[in-house]
Amino acid sequence: MGEFIVTLLTGLSSAAALFLVASGLSIIFGVTRIVNFAHGSFYMLGAYIGVTAVTAVGGGAVGFWVAILLAAVAVGLIGVAMEILLLRRIYRAPELFQLIATFGVILVIQDVTLWIWGSEDLVGPRAPGFTGAVTILGQRLPEYDLVLIAVSPLVLAGLWLLFNRTRWGTLVRAATLDRQMVSALGVNQRWLFTGVLFLGSALAGLGGAIQLPKGGADLLMDFNIIAAAFVVVVVGGMGSIGGAFLAAILIGLLQTFGIQIFPNSTLILMFLVMAVVLIFRPWGLLGKPEIPGHGVVEAPEAPLRPAGRGLRLAGALVLAVLLLLPVAHLAVPAAVDDFLLVLVIDIMIFVLFAAALHFIMGPGGMVSFGHAAFFGGGAYAAALLVKFAEAPMEIAFWAAPAGAALLAILFGWFCVRLTGVYFAMLTLAFAQIAWSIVFQWGEVTGGDDGILGTWPSDWASSRIAYYYMTVGFVVAGLLALRRMLFAPFGYTLRAGRDSPLRAAAIGIDIKRHQWIAFTISGAFAGLAGALFVYSKGSVFPTEMEIARSFDALLMVLLGGVHSLTGPIVGATALTWLNDLFSELSYWRFLLGATIIALVLLLPDGLAGLGDTWLARRLGLAAPASGSGANGQETPA
Amino acid sequence: MTALLEVDRLSKAFGGVRAVQDVSFAVNPGELLALIGPNGAGKTTCFNMLMGQIRPDHGAILLKGRDIAGLPPHRIWRLGVGRTFQITATFSSMTVRENVQMALISHRNAGRRLWRPAAGTETAQADALLDRVGMAEQGDRACSVLAYGDLKRVELAIALANDPDLLLMDEPTAGMAPRERIELMRLADEIVAERKIGVLFTEHDMDVVFAHAHRIMVLNRGELIAEGTPEAVRANEQVREIYLGSSVEAGQA
Amino acid sequence: MTTPVLEARDLHTYYGGAHILADLSFVLNDGEVVVLLGRNGAGKTTTMKSVMGLVRMRAGTVHLEGADITGREPHVIARAGMGYVPEDRRIFGDLTVMENLEVGRQPERADAPAWTPERLFGMFPNLAEMRTRQAGRMSGGEQQMLTVARTLMGNPKVLLLDEPSEGLAPVIVDQMVATIQALKAEGLSILLSEQNLHFATAVSDRAYIVEKGRIRYEGTMDALAADAEVRNTYLTV
Repeated sequence: MGEFIVTLLTGLSSAAALFLVASGLSIIFGVTRIVNFAHGSFYMLGAYIGVTAVTAVGGGAVGFWVAILLAAVAVGLIGVAMEILLLRRIYRAPELFQLIATFGVILVIQDVTLWIWGSEDLVGPRAPGFTGAVTILGQRLPEYDLVLIAVSPLVLAGLWLLFNRTRWGTLVRAATLDRQMVSALGVNQRWLFTGVLFLGSALAGLGGAIQLPKGGADLLMDFNIIAAAFVVVVVGGMGSIGGAFLAAILIGLLQTFGIQIFPNSTLILMFLVMAVVLIFRPWGLLGKPEIPGHGVVEAPEAPLRPAGRGLRLAGALVLAVLLLLPVAHLAVPAAVDDFLLVLVIDIMIFVLFAAALHFIMGPGGMVSFGHAAFFGGGAYAAALLVKFAEAPMEIAFWAAPAGAALLAILFGWFCVRLTGVYFAMLTLAFAQIAWSIVFQWGEVTGGDDGILGTWPSDWASSRIAYYYMTVGFVVAGLLALRRMLFAPFGYTLRAGRDSPLRAAAIGIDIKRHQWIAFTISGAFAGLAGALFVYSKGSVFPTEMEIARSFDALLMVLLGGVHSLTGPIVGATALTWLNDLFSELSYWRFLLGATIIALVLLLPDGLAGLGDTWLARRLGLAAPASGSGANGQETPA
Repeated sequence: MTALLEVDRLSKAFGGVRAVQDVSFAVNPGELLALIGPNGAGKTTCFNMLMGQIRPDHGAILLKGRDIAGLPPHRIWRLGVGRTFQITATFSSMTVRENVQMALISHRNAGRRLWRPAAGTETAQADALLDRVGMAEQGDRACSVLAYGDLKRVELAIALANDPDLLLMDEPTAGMAPRERIELMRLADEIVAERKIGVLFTEHDMDVVFAHAHRIMVLNRGELIAEGTPEAVRANEQVREIYLGSSVEAGQA
Repeated sequence: MTTPVLEARDLHTYYGGAHILADLSFVLNDGEVVVLLGRNGAGKTTTMKSVMGLVRMRAGTVHLEGADITGREPHVIARAGMGYVPEDRRIFGDLTVMENLEVGRQPERADAPAWTPERLFGMFPNLAEMRTRQAGRMSGGEQQMLTVARTLMGNPKVLLLDEPSEGLAPVIVDQMVATIQALKAEGLSILLSEQNLHFATAVSDRAYIVEKGRIRYEGTMDALAADAEVRNTYLTV
């Protein structure tokens, strides 16, 4: 009995940080419609700044709490800086584009943190006055856990008062519903956004700082918390603070009780609970269906046209260069070296991965934050067959798309019930579960050590042979995806995106169609994973990480989601940039800064730039003024 | 004559508020039945239940004798119910012809074909439908650049793609200029007569309602308060007080 | 001649590649009710949004009481005395009636009538009975009244009313006519957009007819009533 109560209380205390982070995420999203990927980074910064602040302030119990609050305020100000310097400049860009910006911020913060605090994990300071333990029915519980248990309800009550009893809170709630209307009523949105960014970021910072006596600070905190925070937000319901509270407690309890019962499968438990909640309440415990924001109106997408001569020519040219590259390699090895061939193989693999993601994201309108599950899932499917069945490449290679497709069927069944940002967060949560299975289930997957020895068969083992094989699969994959988009399947997919209402009213079962598309996309991502695992000879859990999912997302968004060539351009650019920076120390900072710069300079994506620039050069730009008129000019 | 659609004691409440309560009516083939009433009277809720967007709390919806209450929208469409929306819903990334092709492809259950390009399928039928609604010349234009009245015609063509027996039109002339209203309703009249389709429509423009409806139902606070010919409804004291107000005279002018 | 309270000159607005407003100009004089007539897609709503700063114009100027407000942000324009009532009402459905009014509240100004919730409840008695009602649970007519009341809380001098009669039951439309007449009597200058000629005639002094983003006709309501040709071309059978 005592053990049960102590476990219960431990669970409640571990919910505190989760609730603080998730509620901040929810508040920021509500008003700005931005899913702040950098929220985990703010949590991490809260912890690091907290350690420094506690040392700097000193002064016993009062000093400790002052330092914790200072850390929260500091992180809040960092959030404000991000808003003013970055987000504010791109509010008029398509909403998804802002995701890229916050992803750039993650990378920058990772390296800045590394630079300031070093790579060693920091031990958290203890809270003066709460260093002992209380004994409950013979079981010991750290006193500080009781403090953490009290924090969540206090913060919840404070937030409730703020949102329901102050003018600022009323304005924030109104802006969550329709921010443009709020500004038309004379409210300066900027201050509202800045205030919300401060509040949300400070909550994350507080979460990071307040867990210091239990957890300390390390460089993996950002991604570790963000997945859990997304689960809490999805389970609780987007935009519902009370829901985040309930869900954080649920997940916190699950983790502490789960560890005792199934020590190695706590994340699986989290998944099961989330699945059950979503089956019965698709919008979370206290959530509501997503409101289509009255925000930025995006110009409607132009009808799909078959490739014109220019595009065909460019495609043929690129293909010719690709086919001739090994010849050049043999002829002038100094100019076209082995590294270049490897780089081009990498680029092509990620082009296929990005095209697979684009298939559901562009024409399907389904944004997946967790597509690495299928890329890595494919890679692991092949590698496991090699490891346990010693399957030759010819067989294992096909297991990859099949395995990835099976995974997509399973995940997709849940995901397609949701739309928009709910869908996106759920995909991320599922991907994180797939990752944790691979990571935790060491006997089978090798855990952190990965699986080695996945080499191609003899005929494909030379660099050049594998190169041509990759070209073959990637080009065939791209053409197949394109073909499907021009077929009735692709039209139906776009119909569901353009107008779900109309699509349902002409007999289209949108969810089922999206599910099939999700599976196809997963299969092609798995194929890319197979090409990857055989080009590297090994696979590690990193291929399933959030960072890998974000890579693909970044490629699609950077390339331009409305263009079929977008993923190709984006994957090429990003893989090349990655390669360029990978040798340098602080490459994350450089990459993050480059991404941020690209976002600020090219809000339409790289391919978007090409489209308009090319279109203007070729005189193909839509005749702007004539498009709405059809004669009938009558003088007044 | 058996009714095409028979609605029996349909009810729906949202959080304790009764949006629609025990509403019963029937639609016959070739008949234009108007559903009018103040805002919030339950017209849209009624419509959404018929089309499957909302599941009724209780009551039956018999389409050609089969109960369709609670079926999802895409299944109901396959049983022969077309729909146009108050705010036009078309596929903005497709041309006018592709919009109609899409409906035809869906009607033939071909939406999951992965290989043969969609561009060449169902073009003749699509053009025939567009011709029927007077949109044949505009087939290649993107839906996003059409004039509003033309969009409404495209919606009508889409709704006719599955040869429906019943057409549900939610405020078909909302947002249109008077001349366009008359033309669209004349077109609807012709199509109804040609194909013996039953039509249920809601409308705020009393000129349109009294000129085109064969029968009128009046809904107030979720309940049916009057039903009958245009003359009978126009003469109904309660309807005048709750809904029509001074516009009856305007409508007759 | 006195400065018009609102003057828009040569507005050009694009939506994607489509030219929605082309060279559109109008004036609204102090205390006037002026209507923009035209069908859906003619550019009425875009005109309102361009004036309010909700849509970015490519060219043209807007002056409010002689001050240039071209390209200013919506909240700056609102605080300068412009009230905007959108066509789709856009009430905050999760907020109560009182909270909706609170969002609209702005400081009083000397040159415009000052409104309080109590004064507004006098004008819209229905709302008074549902102060704590969630706005999303009200009927369409009540929501229409709330959206007007909410904008009045900003104490505007000029009111932009986008299609106030659209989608309303005839009896509610009658109330709307009375409301606009009362606001005019308070001294507000009102620009409304309409398709309903009966409604427009009942409340307006002058009319502009908009088609394909251009002004096709300008005149008093009496002149419009007398000009059968214009009505036949743009408005009636």
